[in-house]
Amino acid sequence: MSSNNIDWKKYLIVFLITTGLFFTAIYLSNYFGGKKINQLKTIQDQIAIDILSSETQFSLLSELSCKNISDSVFSKELAELGSKLEWSQENLGATEEVSYLKKYYSLLQIKDYLLAKKISARCGTKSAFILYFYTTAANCTLCEEESLVLSTLRAKYPELRVYSFDYSTDLSAVTSMLQIYKIKDTALPALVIDDSVFSGFQTLENLEAYIKGIFKLQEVKPSTNTNTKSL
Amino acid sequence: MTSILNVIFYVLTFLSVYVQVFFFVTFLENRKKIVIRNGKIKLASYPSVTIVVPCWNEEETVAKTVHSLLDLDYPKDKIKIFLINDGSTDDTKNVINKFTEFPNIKVFHKENGGKFTALNLGLEKSETDFFGCLDADSFVDSDALVRIMSYFEKDSMTMAVAPAVVVHNPISIVQMAQQTDYNMGIFFKKMLGFLGAINVTPGPFTIFRKKVFNDLGPYKHAHSTEDMEIAYRMQKHNYKIENCNDAFVYTNTPETIKKLYKQRLRWIYGFLNNTLDYRSVLFKKKYGNFAFFTLPMGVISIFSVSYLFGKIVYNVGHFFYFKVLQWRAIGFDFGISNFNFDPFFINTESFVFLLVVVYVLVMFAILFGRKMAQEKNVFSLSVLYFFPIFGIIAPLWFLKAIYNTILSRKPSWR
Repeated sequence: MSSNNIDWKKYLIVFLITTGLFFTAIYLSNYFGGKKINQLKTIQDQIAIDILSSETQFSLLSELSCKNISDSVFSKELAELGSKLEWSQENLGATEEVSYLKKYYSLLQIKDYLLAKKISARCGTKSAFILYFYTTAANCTLCEEESLVLSTLRAKYPELRVYSFDYSTDLSAVTSMLQIYKIKDTALPALVIDDSVFSGFQTLENLEAYIKGIFKLQEVKPSTNTNTKSL
Repeated sequence: MTSILNVIFYVLTFLSVYVQVFFFVTFLENRKKIVIRNGKIKLASYPSVTIVVPCWNEEETVAKTVHSLLDLDYPKDKIKIFLINDGSTDDTKNVINKFTEFPNIKVFHKENGGKFTALNLGLEKSETDFFGCLDADSFVDSDALVRIMSYFEKDSMTMAVAPAVVVHNPISIVQMAQQTDYNMGIFFKKMLGFLGAINVTPGPFTIFRKKVFNDLGPYKHAHSTEDMEIAYRMQKHNYKIENCNDAFVYTNTPETIKKLYKQRLRWIYGFLNNTLDYRSVLFKKKYGNFAFFTLPMGVISIFSVSYLFGKIVYNVGHFFYFKVLQWRAIGFDFGISNFNFDPFFINTESFVFLLVVVYVLVMFAILFGRKMAQEKNVFSLSVLYFFPIFGIIAPLWFLKAIYNTILSRKPSWR
């Protein structure tokens, strides 16, 4: 009865518009993703410069007292970069760029760690640092829990430095670290504190008591007052 | 597994964007044709119309419904009103018997048999060329009939004209959410009208040429959605259905979530099952946009919303899983989750941008629908009730309707 003509042209036009919107969305997503990668690169460059500068400063001032260096050497952005990289891996997808940045990050951590070790040897102090090995390849619930424990400790004790290494990172320097401390992927999460290796999950209480004992750390804020920002 | 889910997700997203863009383009094409007439409308002739009011336990609202019909701006002797008591167990019988004194009102009492049987009794008894129904929980605007009849006068091929349904006196939040839903419906139904692809001729005050029933037969049970099935049947026979966006009908809506859930479950179940019953029309060129747009769109919407719901449930589940981990690892000391805002952590997946596009277009439909419904404040904040209420509960009735459909269809698949 009534004419039921289909306007195919319109179906096509709407298809083209929708496709256009799709590609615009993908473009925007890539654009912002790229910006984030760039931001990560900038932070990394900053850290690289910081470390290099600390190393140089360390060599230059070798005759001077340890007091002058101990405070300024360590790069502050290392932890921030770690959390941003982790987020990127989950949300931007494990792209080549992110995994490349992650390798670079591991390397920077090792350099930072070596520098810290050198300083503590020279000055005879015990630097408070923990090496933390985890994995993202397998579903490691305990690793997630351990990460939370370490973040809490780091918030409580700003002097404490945690270097975290993804077991699955394909980098010879990381592999060497694994070999030195004889870390096996079956025993993750694993911690290295003052050259002793702890395999498996360590509770907050135990870990806190242990590091307090050996590093004589100062708690910066009471743990109950959780709302204050520590920036 | 995740990659398959991702593909489904992006296909559904694409189709959802497509549907909204299609509506918007239809709007741009036809925007000048959307008018709301203010003055009195004069028709060349005033054909007689039978209006059936099926009543089942409607003692509270039916009198108001009948009075609204009596107040219609249309020659009194051209309106025949049939009040059909479908075996009510309350005082409906006495309430409607009082109307027998009006010369143009006839009252019938029958055993309970369901709404479609009451309508069919009305069809059987009616002698006019035009036939309509008004649910006993709804009231008509006095200009509604003459505005609808003008569509029939304009085009002799028009076989049915659906009105614009507005929520009557919304009080509860659930009703205000429905008001927004109906406002949006006014916009979408007008667009479907332009496309010749309307799939529901609502119980409140759709007027048909009697020829429709003479040719195609009476109402059917049709999974308790007889007003949907008759529209499908008309579309299958290429009978033209129009939408008269300035013929306003006010309807009472469920005031609680539970009642709303039951009503919507019936609608969606009806949609799925009528679509399955009429699956032979799907993607057939001769059935036009109804076959290529309306039905696929309905199915896509149901699956998209259900899928999105599944995704949200998964995310909420993941959030709680993480909280449990946090609690196990560090107790209730959640100090590390300080809100240090950093734009770096804003989600910039492509999906987010597409969601924004869909929401903007839906928002446009709501606001324009409100304008068409002549709501006082087009930009009312009550619009916002719609999103949480329908966003959380609609997937539940969608999923339940899908589940019920699978259960009811199971035997026929063996």
